[in-house]
Amino acid sequence: MSLPISRTRDLAIRRAESAPQRAFAAIGLVALVLPLLLLLFLFGSSLVDAWPRLDWSFLTSFPSRKPESAGILPALVGTTCLMGLTAVIAIPVGLGAALYLEEYARPSRLTALIELNIGTLAGVPSILYGLLGLEVFARVLGMGRSLLAGACTLALLLLPMVIMASREALRTVPPSLREASYALGADKWRTLRGVVLPMCLPGVLTGVILSLARAIGETAPLITIGALTYVAFLPDSVHSEFTALPIQIFNWVSRPQAGFHVNAAAGIIVLVALMLLLNGVAIWLRARLQRRIYW
Amino acid sequence: MSSTASFVALFVLGTVVSTASPGCRKSSATGMVRADGSSTVFPITEAVAEEFQKSHPGVKVTVGISGTGGGFQKFCAGETDLSDASRPIQPAEVEACAKAGVEYVELPVAYDGIAIVVHPKNDWAQHITVEELGRLWAPEAQGKVLRWSDVRTGWPDREIHLFGPGVDSGTYDYFTEATVGKEHSSRGDFTSSEDDNVLVQGIATDELALGFFGFAYYEENRDKLKLLPVDDGKPDNGDGPIAASLETIRNGTYQPLSRPLFVYAAARALERPEVTAFVEYYLTEGVPLVAEVGYVPLPERAYPLALQRVRERRTGSMFAGKGSQVGVTIDALLEREAAAAPR
Repeated sequence: MSLPISRTRDLAIRRAESAPQRAFAAIGLVALVLPLLLLLFLFGSSLVDAWPRLDWSFLTSFPSRKPESAGILPALVGTTCLMGLTAVIAIPVGLGAALYLEEYARPSRLTALIELNIGTLAGVPSILYGLLGLEVFARVLGMGRSLLAGACTLALLLLPMVIMASREALRTVPPSLREASYALGADKWRTLRGVVLPMCLPGVLTGVILSLARAIGETAPLITIGALTYVAFLPDSVHSEFTALPIQIFNWVSRPQAGFHVNAAAGIIVLVALMLLLNGVAIWLRARLQRRIYW
Repeated sequence: MSSTASFVALFVLGTVVSTASPGCRKSSATGMVRADGSSTVFPITEAVAEEFQKSHPGVKVTVGISGTGGGFQKFCAGETDLSDASRPIQPAEVEACAKAGVEYVELPVAYDGIAIVVHPKNDWAQHITVEELGRLWAPEAQGKVLRWSDVRTGWPDREIHLFGPGVDSGTYDYFTEATVGKEHSSRGDFTSSEDDNVLVQGIATDELALGFFGFAYYEENRDKLKLLPVDDGKPDNGDGPIAASLETIRNGTYQPLSRPLFVYAAARALERPEVTAFVEYYLTEGVPLVAEVGYVPLPERAYPLALQRVRERRTGSMFAGKGSQVGVTIDALLEREAAAAPR
């Protein structure tokens, strides 16, 4: 329906295009295509290396000294559990912090300081979170090198991003809707529960999942807190010791035998697939939840 | 149904995950063997753990890689049962363990050679002496020994590019002890990497390179590298330059760049039957795995002697806690130990 209008507008703009404008568009296109090509090349070369090992048994076997029979089962399960647990810890804390800062806190020097710190923490190298996790969670709180300690550390790493994403989402809720809720006699808590939270949920979840997709490849903090390299059993509780995909890949890459390098490539493909899956879930969830909002 | 439902579902899912198995805490405490430490020893311990768990399905073995030094830190803090080490325990670590009351049994498990390699197109260097290596890698050489001709007259007047493992590795520690004469002391202007494959790549693409790393990495990349035989100037353990090979490492003629690899077992952990069972398996049925993963086994009689140390709980280091020593044959040490009256 609106197609003809936009088309004529498009044509109008095109006619007005000057040389610098076209040059800028070309530069933009190159900037877009270059990283994509690079990514495609990296992924493609890994896929070619990995192809012979990518089968069901690779996903369902334990690591082994024989590269051809080694699999990533404990690492895959470890990474999955770790991500789930991290989300469970990071979402309530991050959303809670965001709610407080957006809805309850009065602007003061203290909140300004907190906001500045959150921004800074988002840029702290991940290995520092690992060191913090090692001392606080693994040693002082006695969690050892468990899934729980790993998830707490990763949750800490994600918190600044989750808080910022949640605050952004909270801000997108139109004030008119809150006012409408208040006008109907709802108090603050009811307004938050009934109007604000459901509306900002897609934004919050997208933020969490995207930051999880980043955390899934983190190796440094996990190595620091002592995630293991050889584990031939699956975690049976949050206190279980564990291994994760990036650690398994890291180990295979540094082995002398070429067979392990093939395994590493296959592990990379699995990790990328997992990451794409998470991103896909984020998009799907967002679309689905947004459809449910009526006003 | 509101959209909060899916949010709640996420919480419930998480709670289920975290509380699913309270009873499992106990089972993970018993029947568990924790090993950590050197990445060089890792493949052996991994192989033994793999086979051990087939015959002892109730026992869970975990193996980590924290490096020899990092492994000892955890070991002396009582966090691990076994510590993989590519060099003997050093004085500071002996002290840390003593302070924490951690006693240990020292078990040599294999030999590893350190290969000296150059680019295949390097046609001038046919062998190198230990003295030359010492001069080349010494801290004083930094900024001075920069060209091949500085190492030996007659070699070309071209730059020399050095490659070696990171300074946290036991391989670096041993190499510096064997060539420079002082453990953990060398020039700093060389390309270092914790990942030996990176060194292989570096040397294979640089005609002026010289580097060292574990023999297994040379074996897997023979076609890309050229091995330099090493002359220690001592005719009594093989005359002239000797090239690293499984044979020369095993018979002790590739000196001083053959070194023993160790596993340290905490005496307290050995009171648990699963740890003792694992260590005994390591020194008996585990022995053939040493060669399978690319290392050189000790002479056959060394393993029963090490087993004896475990059974008698003979604690402490055969190296008197002084760290790396050069030119030590393990079975001579073990013999001497065995001859001494047990405590």
